[in-house]
Amino acid sequence: MARPSTFKNMVLALVLICIVCSTLLGAVHTLTESKIEQTKAAKAKAAIAAVLPEFDNDPSENAAKVGIGEIYTATLDSVPVGYAVKVKTSGFGGAITMMVGFLPDGTIYNTDVIEHSETPGLGAKITDPQCNPRIQVCGKNPASTNLTVSKDGGEIDGITASTITSRAFLKGVVSAYDVFVEFTGAQPLNTTEVNE
Amino acid sequence: MSEKNKSLSLIVDGIIKNNPTFVLVLGMCPTLGTTTSALNGMGMGLATMFVLVLSNMAISATARFIPDKVRIPSYIVIIATFVTLVQFLLQAYLPSLYDTLGLFIPLIVVNCIVLGRAEAFANKHTVAESALDGIGIGLGFTLALTALGLVREILGSGSAFGWHFTNSDGMLAFVLAPGAFLVLGYLMVLFNKFTKKA
Repeated sequence: MARPSTFKNMVLALVLICIVCSTLLGAVHTLTESKIEQTKAAKAKAAIAAVLPEFDNDPSENAAKVGIGEIYTATLDSVPVGYAVKVKTSGFGGAITMMVGFLPDGTIYNTDVIEHSETPGLGAKITDPQCNPRIQVCGKNPASTNLTVSKDGGEIDGITASTITSRAFLKGVVSAYDVFVEFTGAQPLNTTEVNE
Repeated sequence: MSEKNKSLSLIVDGIIKNNPTFVLVLGMCPTLGTTTSALNGMGMGLATMFVLVLSNMAISATARFIPDKVRIPSYIVIIATFVTLVQFLLQAYLPSLYDTLGLFIPLIVVNCIVLGRAEAFANKHTVAESALDGIGIGLGFTLALTALGLVREILGSGSAFGWHFTNSDGMLAFVLAPGAFLVLGYLMVLFNKFTKKA
């Protein structure tokens, strides 16, 4: 059944298989590449849209790298209406990639957890927009609020039995705010500007 | 045995007599890792089945030309190619499934079921038989993973195929690794009780 192995036919067989396989992979890669890019872009855009009020530009084209994060500016009629900041923080099970949306005065509009590897049923509750820390940071301004869990003397309730994840989340929010401040040059103080 | 019966028995064997999860006990890493819900288990099973059918066919077609001493590296390259194809296709067309299965897709390469079938079946049989064997084993794997995922999802999150039938959170242990071992053990016992005639 199988052919006796000689140096020549072994080399030949492996080379041929590699050539055929890499051609096939190259072809499929070319076919799917643009589609994969599109899906990724749509995902990034959806994550930005989830944390900001209504806008009419494409914030993913308005990206800037600041410090540890990436900041996206969203405008409506060319007036900035919000900034989405993507940061990484380290949770209980590894890195948590999250998006935090700020209004121009620094108030947190909304947050989104993009990627995480927290324990299912415990820390993974952080993906639920209704969980304590995520509901409670909305509408707060990190400049005037102590964004730590109540256990650490802060004003935010963590997720029960997932303090490490909750801490990581809040740390992410604070570092996102640092990026926001660095980018906009805003005073890390609570402004009196009225927002809806 | 007629031709039709033979092909049918190849598929049925894959599901029952040679069930990769409950009888051969192969591919435990994705089995335990991805079955946190019925849908995840099914997705993993189908992705593996796709690779298995294609690699079985490719290997049975090329086995005659591959020198004996380099057959394993050759099989691995062929399998890895199909896995990467699945990865590209999932990323492009089913990104949500790709996000959940993520890390486990590349692991299909080292899934012993795929290499096991290549070595134990595909390189000794015709392309058509190997395809049927791939379908059978693939279905067996998919059914096992779906069943395991379903039980874990019902007990662990109080839902079935993503549909919540209760408001409670369920028993967390079943979503975590220990639950996977427990459920797998019990399912294996049940499966063998009903399929093995002493």
